[in-house]
Amino acid sequence: MPIVVVGHVDHGKSTVVGRLLADTGSLPDGKLDQVRELCRRTSKPFEYAFLLDALRDERDQGITIDAARVFFRSALRHYVVLDAPGHVEFLRNMVTGAARADAALLVVDAREGVRENSRRHATMLAMLGVSHVAVVVNKMDLVGWSQAAFTAVADEMRAFLGRLDVVPEAIVPVSGVHGVNLVTRGPEMPWYTGPAVLEVLDGFTAATPPADAPFRMPVQDVYRFTRFGDDRRIVAGSIESGTVGVGDAVVFYPSGKRSRVASVEAFHAAPRTSASAGDATGLTLDEQIYTTRGELAARVGEPAPHVSTRLRASVFWLGRAPLVPGRDYHLRLGTARVGMRVEHIEQVIDASTLTAGPGTEVARNDVADCVLKLDRAVAFDLHADRPDTGRFVIVDDYEIRGGGIVREALADGDEAAREMVRLRNRKWEHSRIAPDQRAARFGQRPAVVVVTGPREMDRKGLAKHLETRLFEAGRAVYFLGMANMLYGVDADIDRTLASRHEHFRRLGEIAHLMLDAGLVLIVSAAELRADDLDILRVSVPDERLLTVWYGAADAAEIAADLALPDGASVEEAGGAMTALLTARGVLPS
Amino acid sequence: MTHLDALEHRSVHILREAYANFRQLCMLWSIGKDSTVLLWLARKAFFGHVPFPLVHIDTSYKIPEMIAYRDRLVAEWGLNLVYGQHQEALAAGRTFPLGAVDRLTCCGLLKTEALARTLSGEGARFRFNHATGAYERDPNTEAYTGVIVGARADEEGSRSKERYFSPRSTRNQWDVGEQPPEFWQQYKTEFAPGTHVRIHPLLDWTELNIWQYIAQESIPVVSLYFDQGQGTRYRSLGCAPCTAPIASTARTVEDIVGELETGALAHVAERSGRAQDAADGGGLESLRRGGYM
Ligand SMILES: Nc1nc2c(ncn2[C@@H]2O[C@H](COP(=O)(O)OP(=O)(O)O)[C@@H](O)[C@H]2O)c(=O)[nH]1
Repeated sequence: MPIVVVGHVDHGKSTVVGRLLADTGSLPDGKLDQVRELCRRTSKPFEYAFLLDALRDERDQGITIDAARVFFRSALRHYVVLDAPGHVEFLRNMVTGAARADAALLVVDAREGVRENSRRHATMLAMLGVSHVAVVVNKMDLVGWSQAAFTAVADEMRAFLGRLDVVPEAIVPVSGVHGVNLVTRGPEMPWYTGPAVLEVLDGFTAATPPADAPFRMPVQDVYRFTRFGDDRRIVAGSIESGTVGVGDAVVFYPSGKRSRVASVEAFHAAPRTSASAGDATGLTLDEQIYTTRGELAARVGEPAPHVSTRLRASVFWLGRAPLVPGRDYHLRLGTARVGMRVEHIEQVIDASTLTAGPGTEVARNDVADCVLKLDRAVAFDLHADRPDTGRFVIVDDYEIRGGGIVREALADGDEAAREMVRLRNRKWEHSRIAPDQRAARFGQRPAVVVVTGPREMDRKGLAKHLETRLFEAGRAVYFLGMANMLYGVDADIDRTLASRHEHFRRLGEIAHLMLDAGLVLIVSAAELRADDLDILRVSVPDERLLTVWYGAADAAEIAADLALPDGASVEEAGGAMTALLTARGVLPS
Repeated sequence: MTHLDALEHRSVHILREAYANFRQLCMLWSIGKDSTVLLWLARKAFFGHVPFPLVHIDTSYKIPEMIAYRDRLVAEWGLNLVYGQHQEALAAGRTFPLGAVDRLTCCGLLKTEALARTLSGEGARFRFNHATGAYERDPNTEAYTGVIVGARADEEGSRSKERYFSPRSTRNQWDVGEQPPEFWQQYKTEFAPGTHVRIHPLLDWTELNIWQYIAQESIPVVSLYFDQGQGTRYRSLGCAPCTAPIASTARTVEDIVGELETGALAHVAERSGRAQDAADGGGLESLRRGGYM
């Protein structure tokens, strides 16, 4: 069982680990004496931290014990201590270790009591969702084995953990140096009748993946290895919770597309008809629908995940530069990856005290409640309902710099449109011609190119130029001007700002039809705004939507895929747009 | 779910993440047991296929049986095998023990440098042509940005500080201190131009797990791992001049599993037969900082 030992510096983490190793007979023969002897010769007091260092040194010379992961065993099982404490402690290492651990020991010095990092580490254990937490009140010898001293520290720690919704499964008074209550109980504290630390660990059950919960599988990929002569179309992913079997109706979110499981695929394994939490699996579907990496598979008839572009979350931040509103980040949740901004910081919580206050940024090692705005909708659960699909990481400048758990799904104004799209997908009448076949026939992948920019720029001219250029190159392409819609499809709605949302929703649906037909659609639109793009993305998959901004860049409200300066000639612009389409795989290279 | 199943599923998940995120992806295949298990896991992840090249660094000093075994699996499993070689060093005779260089310099050239040059595309790559059954110059000279490696944390100290996805600088170097955090099955799949990421799907596997899995799945491994009657076998495979067998009478995969389970080898380091480790006082860490796999 993987475990972590955390706590404030000098509270005795190394000593506790060293003792567990020594007293369970998990050290190489003679190792302990050798380190004691070395300390005697150099007239240094013996420390268990030296023992761990010595193991690390030896390890680096190719002998069998590991320092960053030390192993010990009880009569019941083997334990691996992940990231055993070194001298320099980085929260990011603690986070990496704790996230992989099934249990954590939180070491607190009986004399010093609960300190800054005791609380900080406790906060991280709560956010990371470590299954089992026990508190070890160490150095009881220094407080005369006093029950009152123990109770004071235990109560404070229990109260703090309580605010984090963590219930410690045991609080054990120990002395690392004297080896009391670690592996065996000693006579020093007759008032303590509970288990020793090793007994507590042995009492933990290893976390098992939640197979009885609603089915959730983030889509990792859709494989079709035709180049190896394999025609199966396999939706691959790791099941986070629940169970799915052949014949089950499944829905993919955010698109809301539905199908039925035709088979559960595996290589070199006995045939099977179902898969459940913990399985890295692959499913084939009855009806070929277009789903992609980033969608979340669920089962019809089970509680559905939430879908939104706005959410309230508790985040922790590990980056050197603070997390700030206004900066562009990426959020990764399951297999989805979307652009993200902090819309609002509700409160910043000092992880070492849990005192909350207003703030304009989240500093390194702090925790905050924030409202996050995403570039496009993702599917997720609330952390309280389904932890595995209710948490995410924040990427800044190529690096994972923070993590968070979803507290609440917030309205973003596009719910109604999204619901229409889900219904549309559900009722969709599938053609017998697969998208791949159309792509092969037309020699292109379908896409929507939106040419936008300030009113005074000739967007239409540019869009028509691109259409002609592609048409002459043999592509299946179609130009759509705004006027073409306003007096037809949109004839029943007015042209007030309030109706803008509906105009774009309809444009999105037209674009969806054109994409389904396999075409490259070129649209010109004046001054496209971020919320226009949001609503287009409800109808059209993000990776099929390309934006071109023509004109002064400082006027742009959207981060376009291609920015063409004011002075660009039509020829240059046409070349740049064609290059973009090639780079994105729309046109063959 | 057994422990081996859990290990398999996590490794498969990591392989699929790698495939989804890296355009120029490859897997290093040393022909040894670990990277062969990795290859098997790739076939699990991609339902019988291996949709990226396998890169083998051929020092030309490999035990001949290893190359025969490699070419047999390449043909049988339809693998896309690419090998790289430090032809300049070989031509100049800068090898151990024939040339005037020591073991570490030889490793540095024939493995570390050859690997770096093959990954970056500067060095020649040779690709197996399944139609002709021969190796030919690989037209792809783009640098690989994702490199899947069969390193395990229990193998020796330096590897235990690894992450599943571990960034490497432009010059292949590994910064042990500045490791990114890794949690909730979210990995470092984004990287600056000119850098690349090493991917370690086997990080949580032990030597015993590897053999148990080889037994469970009946994965073919080179016969050098077994005693052929001399009372010796190889525990770790490398170049002929620098690799020695260990004393053992294990003749089958089951024998090896038994040997590891009873702890008969507990006090012998796995790579003890690899002479270059001993020549490098600090163990593998200094070799690895420089880009050794
Ligand atoms: N008296 C006493 N000292 C202890 C005990 N446990 C640890 N120490 C001492 O506290 C100091 C810090 O311990 P260490 O294990 O290195 O702390 P870490 O920084 O949390 O790993 C060392 O000098 C230890 O000898 C204990 O139970 N009793």
